[in-house]
Amino acid sequence: MFVLDSISHRLKRGCETMAYPKGPAPALPDRHGGALRVDAAKCANGCQDCVPVCPTEAITRSAGRPVALDLGRCIFCAACVDACPSEAITQTGDHRMAVRSRTDLILGDSTKEQVRLAVALDEKLRKLFGRSLRLRQVSAGGCNACEADTNVLGTIGWDLSRFGIQFVASPRHADGLLITGPVTKNMELALKKTWDAVPEPKIVIAVGACAIAGGPYVGHAQVNNGAEAVVPVDLYIPGCPPHPLTILDGLLRLLGRLEEKAIPPKA
Amino acid sequence: MSHPESFALLANGTSLPWTEVPEMAIADFVRATAAELDRGGRLCSWFGVPEGAAVRLVAVIAFDADNTLAVGRSLPVVGGYKALTATHSQAHLFEREVWEQHGLVPEGHPWLKPVRKNNSNGNAPAVGEFFRVDGREIHEVAVGPVHAGIIEPGHFRFQCAGEEVLHLEIALGYQHRGMEDALPGGPHRATMSQMETVSGDTTIGHATAYATVLETLAGTEAPLRAQWLRAIALELERLANHTGDIGALANDVAFLPTSSACGKIRGDFLNLTALVCGNRFGRGLVRPGGCRHDLDAERVARLTERLATALADVEQAANWFWDSASVRTRFENVGTVHASQAGEIGLVGPAARACGLVRDVRFDHPAGWHRFAQLPVAVWPGGDVFARARVRWLEIQRSGQFLKEQLAAPPEGGIRDELAPSAPDTLAVALVEGWRGEVCHVALTDATGHFRRYKITDPSFHNWTGLALALRGTAISDFPICNKSFNLSYCGFDL
Repeated sequence: MFVLDSISHRLKRGCETMAYPKGPAPALPDRHGGALRVDAAKCANGCQDCVPVCPTEAITRSAGRPVALDLGRCIFCAACVDACPSEAITQTGDHRMAVRSRTDLILGDSTKEQVRLAVALDEKLRKLFGRSLRLRQVSAGGCNACEADTNVLGTIGWDLSRFGIQFVASPRHADGLLITGPVTKNMELALKKTWDAVPEPKIVIAVGACAIAGGPYVGHAQVNNGAEAVVPVDLYIPGCPPHPLTILDGLLRLLGRLEEKAIPPKA
Repeated sequence: MSHPESFALLANGTSLPWTEVPEMAIADFVRATAAELDRGGRLCSWFGVPEGAAVRLVAVIAFDADNTLAVGRSLPVVGGYKALTATHSQAHLFEREVWEQHGLVPEGHPWLKPVRKNNSNGNAPAVGEFFRVDGREIHEVAVGPVHAGIIEPGHFRFQCAGEEVLHLEIALGYQHRGMEDALPGGPHRATMSQMETVSGDTTIGHATAYATVLETLAGTEAPLRAQWLRAIALELERLANHTGDIGALANDVAFLPTSSACGKIRGDFLNLTALVCGNRFGRGLVRPGGCRHDLDAERVARLTERLATALADVEQAANWFWDSASVRTRFENVGTVHASQAGEIGLVGPAARACGLVRDVRFDHPAGWHRFAQLPVAVWPGGDVFARARVRWLEIQRSGQFLKEQLAAPPEGGIRDELAPSAPDTLAVALVEGWRGEVCHVALTDATGHFRRYKITDPSFHNWTGLALALRGTAISDFPICNKSFNLSYCGFDL
């Protein structure tokens, strides 16, 4: 094969990067379901059908209180959607679910049927990071799926670098950390050292149910139930793993690079 | 034909009452296991079952050519025993693991140190003793646990003379999240989700092994159509990962056309899995008793069409790669593992097949749908990076062909049955050929039918030693391509 062949192959394929966010977002797989919505007003009195089916105990309902679903713990298996007799828990098909505050992931109370999407960093940080964000990724005890779908953002279809976002090989070169996994006890020291090595000001992004709340391993003695136990978190991106589109949405939202749109009506 | 005398025979995906598993005094048990391995057996799993203050050892051995598995157990033992590793290297990590988990000392083990737990100095598995080479020209290179890309954590310690690596020791455990500790008394609410995340890129492989274990413990098997769905998902998983690996290898030798194309095509295969079940990694598809999602005719047609496009794309990208002499020369005679070494350390999967070993669970120990539809075993001699890349490409082609045939002829029927409770005091074994190689799950139930012990062996557990051997005599600058050519799982090893 000659160099010219390589170039001509490449030219023939053309540009394969998606139009999003200038164009429409690619559709999630039809069976994906997207973010969940909780209309606790629809819950029958005393009904607890969804509580025991949740593998990560993300759903609770104490007496006299509306049902509470923690989308941070949720691994999106939809067992609760199947179990709910009154369609109080539904799938929205919406890929957007990144938030800035942990409590914004607790759904159930009225006005909190859906997640409150992340607001952008303050003006000062946006000036610093808005057009150039360098992240160090720390994988800390998950299953490598969040890592895989973060890596995907670097492929030609997503081309993360067009937004000025890059993953770098040293914490000294980084503006923040992107953490996956529940943070095992065995990774705690390495994560702390990495965090300490990142110069101020710095941000932390927790990707996936494990990094937010321990995921399927919540409560194990060998893990920390999420990154927050070790470092402060600025952005939470739920999923098991989050779809690449959900991760990208979160990153762009944090940098204030997405135009706010109203949450579409539930599917 | 081998005739194990001391061990009970069983087939993949079947179970045996615990009392019928032959028991031997520990010295006899080690001797008998050694004899089976000498006869051509391969150690699939070796683990301890606590019994009071003592521990019983259990061995699961595969006779690939005979399509049978053999199991045996020791009488309860305390303290120590004469190590199997002293004569059979295949057992070296298993015996370290048993020592770490149960405190049973394999006497005469040449390198007894923890496998994945933290040590007394704090939370860093790599703080400890490493094998060192001494000499004026020798230098040591330490890498990890946090790596330079988006990669799982692990620590690599190289002993080098100039560029040449004399020895590589790999210290893992950073991903240890207590998978096996959580299982006794189960299945629990989170067990299915944990099984799907033993190694996230092998969700279908591990979930199928787990579901098969529960099905055989319930005295049944999944409906045929569910077995068909699992076989399809397993090959989609293989296609995505092998394509990603070809791309990663191309990237590491700076051959960007194949690298960038495969990065995208890998995503196309993941999206086919998402077409089946909504999740790109296959979460939520396999469940004990069957599958949670079916494929109607329209979805089969869409899947077939998109599969054909992705296969054509990957063929084009792979051809650029194989046609390029500069790529081939970077891979040839780099990171060689000899067939004799591969046999000795018990390599599995594409890494073993790239040493010329004919070893594939789908073919040797067919269970589920593979009893009715088979794939040829893709073998390439050589044992170098080139061979490992070549086996992946052969498997991409064969998986593609298999999927085309299977999607054209779906079996009728339901996809999920209710499972009966698990049989009490029973040992069940399930092997699945995941894309990295043999996934082995062994369950032992207690008197109430709950898990008494559950042992998971990811193919990476066998194969990390292969990577360490591949580096001997290789330039340290070739570590990235050697590593990519194995692409092993840290989390699957660390559990």
